[in-house]
Formats: sequence, C-alpha cells, structure tokens
Amino acid sequence: MVSGEKSINLAILDVGLGNTGSLKGALESLGWDPLLVSTPREITNASHLLLPGVGSFRAAMLRLKQAGLVEAIRGYAQTGRPLLGICLGMQILASWGAEGGGKEGLNLISGKVLPLQAGAGIRIPHVGWNTVYLQSKHPLFDDTKNEVDYYFVHSFAFEAEKKNQVYSETVYGVRFPSAVGRENVFGVQFHPEKSQKNGLQILDNFCRWDGSC
Amino acid sequence: MRFDPGRDVGDPIKSSQVYSDQDADELILLNIGGMKEDLQLFSQTVREIAACCFVPLSVGGGIRSLQDADTLFSAGADKVVVNTAAYHETNIVTEISQKYGTQAIIISIDYRWSDGGPRLFSHGGSKEENITLKKHLENIAGKGAGEIMLQSMERDGSMKGYDLELLQTVAAMVPAPIILAGGAGNFFHLVEAFQSGADGAACGSLFNFGDNNPLRAKAFLKNYKIPLKTI
Repeated sequence: MVSGEKSINLAILDVGLGNTGSLKGALESLGWDPLLVSTPREITNASHLLLPGVGSFRAAMLRLKQAGLVEAIRGYAQTGRPLLGICLGMQILASWGAEGGGKEGLNLISGKVLPLQAGAGIRIPHVGWNTVYLQSKHPLFDDTKNEVDYYFVHSFAFEAEKKNQVYSETVYGVRFPSAVGRENVFGVQFHPEKSQKNGLQILDNFCRWDGSC
Repeated sequence: MRFDPGRDVGDPIKSSQVYSDQDADELILLNIGGMKEDLQLFSQTVREIAACCFVPLSVGGGIRSLQDADTLFSAGADKVVVNTAAYHETNIVTEISQKYGTQAIIISIDYRWSDGGPRLFSHGGSKEENITLKKHLENIAGKGAGEIMLQSMERDGSMKGYDLELLQTVAAMVPAPIILAGGAGNFFHLVEAFQSGADGAACGSLFNFGDNNPLRAKAFLKNYKIPLKTI
C-alpha cells in the first residue's frame, strides 16, 4: 500500500434513516476512516459519499428535503466524485418511487422504484441471501466472483430506464436490477456491509474508486 | 437460554464474531432480561457486535416503543424482534414498520403446548396471554411484521429437534417468512425444518455447546440439497 492511499474523505450520510453503524463498522474493519455526515457542507467536502438507508422511499426523500440535502447530494454527484447508494440509498437514486404514496427521487439514474412483483406464492419482502448475476464490468465488482450471493432486504425494486445502466441482476420471482450505475454514481440493492467477504470487497473497491468507469 | 434456567454460554460479542466468520447467514440476539435491564446497556452490546459482524443482525428483548427500536437500529441492528408489544401495543409494530419498513421487524411468538393447543406467552415467557394463536396472527396481520419467529418454549435448549406442528398452520395464515426456533440439537434437525417448509432455522445450543459450527451445518445441509447461499 502506498502511503496516503487511505486518506480519503469518506462520508456516510446519517440522517436517521437507519443502520449507519454496521456500514461504519464494515469500513473500519477494512482500515478506512468513515465520517458520519448530515449537513450540505459536509457533503460538499466529501471525496467519497455513501447513502445507506432502511425505510420508505417517500419518508427518506422528505427527510432529505427537510435537511436541505437533495440539492447537496445532486451537486456532489455532478462533481464526478464517487457516490454509492445502498438498499434504500440505491432506490432514491431513481427518478421516482412508489413507496409510501409516491415521491420524486434524486433523479441521478433514470428509472422508477416499484413494488417487487414476485408473483403468487413468493413471500414479500425479499429477505435473505440471493445470487447476483453480473451484466457488465464495473470497478466496484473487481475481485469479486460472478454469481455469488449477497444479502437482500427489500419490498421494492428499481426499474432502470436504460438497460446499459444495469450492472447486475437478481432473480426473486422476477429478474430485477441489483446494481445500477451511471458514471460516478452507483447503487446496490443488496447490503454489502452484511454480505461477508464479497460485500466487504465491494466497499473496499468503492473507497479506492476514482469515479470513472 | 431463553427460558429458565438460564445458562451462561460466554461473551456474546466474541461468539457473534466467530459465527459471522463461520458463514452464519444471520445473527439473532435476544436480551433475555428484557423487561428489567437497561436498553442503553443492551444497545452498547449491539453496537459492539455490529462493529465486528458482517452478517444481518436481529435484536430484541424489552422493546416497548418506537424510541426503543430507534436506539437499537442506531446501534447497528438490521431488524428488531418484538414479542410482548405485539399483543397489546400493535401500534408500535406499525410505527416501526412505517419508519424502517416491514422487513425490519420480526414478530416472535413464544408458545407451549397445553391441552392439545398452543398457549402463547409474553414477557420472556413469564406471562401467559389469553389469546389463541389464530386470533393473535389476525391481530398482527397487516401491522407490518416482515418475519414471524415461532419459538417453542418446551423445546428451547432441549436439543430434541424443532416443533414442526405449527409450521403449516402459520404459513397458511401469514404471508411473511417463518423462522423456527427452539430445539435444534443436530444438523438433521435443520434438514427437517427446511424440508417442512421453514424459511429459517434458528440455532442456539447447537452451536453454543459442542464442536458444531455454521460452516459444518451448511456442508451437511448441502448433502440434502437444501438451497444455501453461495459465497
């Protein structure tokens, strides 16, 4: 490791949308030093921004709006610096989400977040380990194996407008995008921080990513 | 151990880390002194476990309000396990599911067989609830439980195998995945649980005592063609 390699300004957005503790712990176990941030200024200062999230789409967007963070996150994304959304954090990258009554998202990746149409007899939410089928190469999947399992917990799924922005798919009754990306913005439906070694690899890749692909 | 007499099986933080490294799919941590003990103290343990475990962590014991759940989620819990509150304060279940999503709540049902039927208990198994299983499931339906954990009190710690009797009944009544708890004593008990249709099988004594671990359990299940995760 070259000296200074780990000196990035790694920020985890922490606005009470749940579960920043385990993400922070996972990053620390990899030797990174994440900061929990909650203001537009801190987001502006970040070199790498993580959007975690548990909860409902609408509630999350209202919370971000209230805190004046919608523009801050969009502004950050425009700088070309790496942004990773996890679970609900991935879903709110979309243009619109149906959960909680319908709400516009951050609109960083074109698409809608709709109820997972798993079909009759298939239990919702989709909770548990499931296989991720890689669709195209991306730096965040470097050194991970194809067709291995990651941990999912969700009832809604991303419907990407552009097929080439879907980097992996997963099957739960239906095929849905489990990773989406556009330039420096990336989102994963699963929880890398809960997916043991492959998940940790993705987080480590993110911290080493310069936002280009 | 959930029900009297309790047995000390060591440090929850060290054990959790080992189980996480040994490829456990998920950890469930229950604060068995739930009613009396300080939630802040418990949340500190949760925080320490979350810092070293990279698998899903479900925690419960003594959750009586949305604020209690907030405390545990912010400590790193992925899901909370609610039992007592699901009987008389179902609004708490609704509040938690509205804020964190239904997948973030497990409703645990502690029961014992008596006169040919299951009797339900709250408060860590100490108080019998005067309600049938069917009615209880009706009451909590639509309140936002993402998973149901069926905990057989008689089998807990017995290592005699899971109680499979209620699985079909409950599965027919609720759309949520079902976790069986209480009684796993060998790997074949896990096979039975999955072959009977359980979505999850919780193990305590199986791994706490003896030389068994999640890696070996899963190697065994693989021989029975039980679908497991690929890593």
